Amino acid sequence: MNLSASSLLAGKGKRGIWQKWNNWRNKNQLRYAPYLFISPFYILFLIFGLFPILFSLFLSFHSWRAVGGLSTMEWVGLKNFKFLLSDPWFWGSLWNTFILLIISGLPQHIIALPLAFILNSRLPRQLKQFLSASYFFPYITSTVAIALIFSTIFGLRYGILNQLLEFLADSSFTSWAFGWLDNSLPINWLGKAVYIKPAIAIVVVWHWFGWNTILYLSGLQVISDDLYEAARVDGATSWHEFWYISLPLLKPIIFFAVTMTIIGNMQLFDEPFILTGGTGGVGRSGMTVAIYLYRTAFNWTQMGVAAAMSWLLFLIIIIFTLINYAVLRKGVLERRGE
Amino acid sequence: MKIKRKLGISTNKIIQYFIITLLATITIFPLYWMFTLATQSPPEIFRAPPHLWFSTSFINNYQELIKAMPTFWRSMGNSIYVAVMATLTTLFFCSLGGYAFAMYDFKYKNQLFIFMIATMVIPVTLGIIPYYIMMSWLGWLDKLRALYVPGMASAFGIFLLRQYIASAVPRELMDAARIDGCGEFRIYWNIVLPMIKPGLATLGIVIFVGSWNNFLGALVVLQSKEMFTLPVALRSLQGLYTVNWGAIMSGAALSILPILIVFIFAAKNIIGAFIAGTGLKG
Repeated sequence: MNLSASSLLAGKGKRGIWQKWNNWRNKNQLRYAPYLFISPFYILFLIFGLFPILFSLFLSFHSWRAVGGLSTMEWVGLKNFKFLLSDPWFWGSLWNTFILLIISGLPQHIIALPLAFILNSRLPRQLKQFLSASYFFPYITSTVAIALIFSTIFGLRYGILNQLLEFLADSSFTSWAFGWLDNSLPINWLGKAVYIKPAIAIVVVWHWFGWNTILYLSGLQVISDDLYEAARVDGATSWHEFWYISLPLLKPIIFFAVTMTIIGNMQLFDEPFILTGGTGGVGRSGMTVAIYLYRTAFNWTQMGVAAAMSWLLFLIIIIFTLINYAVLRKGVLERRGE
Repeated sequence: MKIKRKLGISTNKIIQYFIITLLATITIFPLYWMFTLATQSPPEIFRAPPHLWFSTSFINNYQELIKAMPTFWRSMGNSIYVAVMATLTTLFFCSLGGYAFAMYDFKYKNQLFIFMIATMVIPVTLGIIPYYIMMSWLGWLDKLRALYVPGMASAFGIFLLRQYIASAVPRELMDAARIDGCGEFRIYWNIVLPMIKPGLATLGIVIFVGSWNNFLGALVVLQSKEMFTLPVALRSLQGLYTVNWGAIMSGAALSILPILIVFIFAAKNIIGAFIAGTGLKG
């Protein structure tokens, strides 16, 4: 098998040690090559993944201001964790993150599911492609650019959103639906604590609902047409089809998509960071845990506290994911048991 | 009876078309608005009712942008450099790793593979502080390589390409190549790589876009204006109250433009790439 060309070539006057190496390589490369090929991942993971993360766990039991070098690290035991658990800013940011998870997470899926269902029905192909592309585009757009656009859209006096709402509230056609807003207009979206979370949620929903839609659409496309056909013969409406065929069969994908939303939104950083100018906003009502973490580490250089916070957040994400698993998975398994 | 049913279906259709059109408008409008504002002068921007169409001040806005941020094109260059480097290195290391996992049997293969998959669940926020510390120890703060080297051999990429190679490359081909005296790396380079171009394109798109939009990582490690990538550069404009919105919007528009152009021509492939990607991330 290894009457190979390279060993013949190597014999042409090259040094003996080179030939030996070549022989050895030819004989053994099948055994060692795969390890060599996969080694970059493990080497990089050791250097940039495992070691730093273990160091951050170590760090979370220390007090350390990064500027001072390693010698200024001081063992404080659980003090960082105790501090955080009694820190109103931490609980506040956790609360903000949780509220944002709900008000920016739920609408994404409530919009995406029916939308994917409509896209999957008999629309002209061109139209379908155009729509999928438009819904999807925000996802690949830089969050910073998006947040900057929305900063202008949310402008107090001349922002297009307030102008639109004022128009809708005043116009005789739509005042029945929007008239109640009239007293609170113009809305100070980014300058008043109560409006910051809805403003962030609008941006996050806008950014992400298309991604979920495309994900659900790809799930719907594998559901056999026969099922819908059979249901139609039995007189099912679109609503029945959606509720009794699509939704149950999509459950595994819904589980996946919701899990991704939880993991992503619990770490929400880019959108609120830009919209609040990097501070967390008036009354810190736009400060998520990720922003608090960032500011603790890089504005206030409390590396130990920040490391502890990142571990607490990790734990919370695991707990939320498990809760989601318990809620949604249970449904899936029951269905199979039927 | 039949007529009634038909009528029912058509109202249904009307509602459906209304929903999809409304949502498409809501999705596209902010982007359209960004491009429009980029062409408007301050009096046009601060006007009620709003000026909804393109105007003539793009050049002025652009000049103001460059005045406020002379390093804008340098940031564009940095972004391109980082995204290209990230894409090329990731494609190389991930295809190599994916090839090994797909085409070889070796001891501890399954354990190593599961371990690699498990590392994908580590959340970004857990890594961000150690990432910063590691970069400062290596002296990589304010260096562009800090943005692409750590992710060069991503678990996600190896997984994606492993799946692709396993389905696209028959093992018999490798045996044939070995009999002809081909070394293992040459089999990968000369035979496998050309066969997996679609898989490489998929991963390449995901990596390029991810790198182009990377904000948190760049925010943490980049410090000087000369080294800023576009997201950080745009963000630094925000605090300057002397810069008008038209200028900021022209910067945002220019930063989105490359991705937008590519997307218009390859929307279908790009969406497919992300779906192929996400199906595996869980």
